[in-house]
Amino acid sequence: MGELRLMKGNEAVAEAAIRAGVDAYFGYPITPQSEVLEYLTLQKPEERTGMVVLQAESEIAAINMVYGAAGTGKKVMTSSSSPGISLKMEGISYIAGAELPCLILNVVRGGPGLGTIQPSQADYFQATKGGGHGDYRLVVLAPASVQEMADFVDKGMELAFKYRNPVMILSDGLIGQMMEKVELPDQKERVKEFDQSWVITGKTKDRERNIITSLNLDPDKQYQHNMRLKEKYDSMSDDVMYETFDCEDAEFLLVAYGSSSRICQKAVDEARSRGKKLGLLRPITLFPFPDAIISKLARQVKGILSVELNTGQMVEDVMLAVNGRVPVYHYGTPGGKIFSPDDVLKAIDEKLMGGY
Amino acid sequence: MDIKEIIKPENLVHQRTSLMTDATLSYCPGCGHGTVHHLVMEVVEEMEIQEQTIGIAPVGCSVLAYDFMDIDMSQAAHGRAPAVATGIKRLWPDKFVFTYQGDGDLAAIGTAETIHACNRGEDITIIFINNGIYGMTGGQMAPTTLEGMKSSTSPYGRDLQSMGHPLKITELVAQLPGTNFVTRQAVHKPGNVRKTKKAIRKAFEVQREKKGMSFIEIVSNCNSGWKMSPNESNVWMEEHMFPSYPLGDMKVDGKIVKDLMKDLV
Repeated sequence: MGELRLMKGNEAVAEAAIRAGVDAYFGYPITPQSEVLEYLTLQKPEERTGMVVLQAESEIAAINMVYGAAGTGKKVMTSSSSPGISLKMEGISYIAGAELPCLILNVVRGGPGLGTIQPSQADYFQATKGGGHGDYRLVVLAPASVQEMADFVDKGMELAFKYRNPVMILSDGLIGQMMEKVELPDQKERVKEFDQSWVITGKTKDRERNIITSLNLDPDKQYQHNMRLKEKYDSMSDDVMYETFDCEDAEFLLVAYGSSSRICQKAVDEARSRGKKLGLLRPITLFPFPDAIISKLARQVKGILSVELNTGQMVEDVMLAVNGRVPVYHYGTPGGKIFSPDDVLKAIDEKLMGGY
Repeated sequence: MDIKEIIKPENLVHQRTSLMTDATLSYCPGCGHGTVHHLVMEVVEEMEIQEQTIGIAPVGCSVLAYDFMDIDMSQAAHGRAPAVATGIKRLWPDKFVFTYQGDGDLAAIGTAETIHACNRGEDITIIFINNGIYGMTGGQMAPTTLEGMKSSTSPYGRDLQSMGHPLKITELVAQLPGTNFVTRQAVHKPGNVRKTKKAIRKAFEVQREKKGMSFIEIVSNCNSGWKMSPNESNVWMEEHMFPSYPLGDMKVDGKIVKDLMKDLV
């Protein structure tokens, strides 16, 4: 068993980054994720593992530092919260276009604009549909606990290098700020030997020069590039992750991720105690989306409720997966207001089970 | 008869650097970019640091610089090259990392990245081509466009009141403690070409010694954007650009060697 600690989600990510052998973190303060940078600078990671930690002049600079460092084959990450992630979107698009591995944490707060600093799931569309310009996707992991905040650093890096693609941990202000028991992974060595076939570390005599770019002036080349990227994104379905609760005999289904799924778990327990056959599906990867299991469950249940801290985003993907087989509804609260299990139960009665 | 037979080794006075690829330069005839590309690669060749050198290409006419220089390179988003270079250099402190940027890239959209990379004293070299115009997009007004100078977005000439003043960013960064070597050069005449090459060599030496930022502005022509013949553009550059952007070293070995305030106003 690894070391047990009581930590904030943001701190757990920072500690896990050092332990995962991450080579560099470039960040910029923004609520509610500033603890990541604060924790890292306090820990002197340059002494613990040689990890580089730098506070950039902006989120834009930070993501471009990630872009530069990722092009040299190193494990690099950044973190921010919604308005800062919007600023990073230019760089993320370039990173996706140039096919570089990196990890980006978004501790989501309410929007649009400066919005609120309270927890929200309003950035689902931005995270899962690309977010920046151009035809691309990120791998999106949705932690529902402080433990998963820590675990998804190493997992995210693994997927980033597997697909040479940016990976986003889509958390929120609740998971980032709350304290829970976390079992920390053991310290990993930073990788010294790695695949140098595509990286820019200086052209040696035994190879052609390497170039990191997302530019293809020739439309035929850009077409080929886009089609190859599409193939890559399609292949990511191999790494779909989800969790089911009480789905075996469920007549009605909730779909919820991250902090919403924690609240929904409680609602399911309560509904079951009242004799209602309710189940919960928690997507862990939001891209790739677990549409196969949702499609399967849609043949079993009478209706589905997508429960989110927004005005309805993931519900669109649930509907696509269900493809009209059963009614799909949304329940959610935007703007940093968090629903209670009772609110969910009420929505279940009103929207989902209303006719039954 | 092969060219190698015509030019005997004893008669050879200049040889094209082997670190330029065989790709045909995409620059307009008469443009300074090609000369500067050659100079950077000559310095890398002479210092024997090809295996340690990483270049960053910007958005602008030199976006395809990586097609011409036979070194590992990264393209960067518009203005972000100093941040990209920072990311690389922080992880590979013994490599030589340089950015190659135009005035729109460096002094407009990338002002923050430029100022802060200089202010942190990143051990990188910034090569800044200032031709007072956005070349690639078709000759729009740049931050360095002179007062009264016509461009496609200042068709009646740059009006200081409504369009602001030409930005002398090199004089600004020379005042930052993070910069070690700051100079302004040109490549329109053989003498200037030699001085620019010396400056690039010096900049890379500063990087080797990890003394902080080395920053080279090269005032260049844009004959296409300025709607002039190459020769006319060089004459115009001497008459109009040099008084506003005077050539010479501004900071050497961390010491300011010029009256910057005089040049700023």
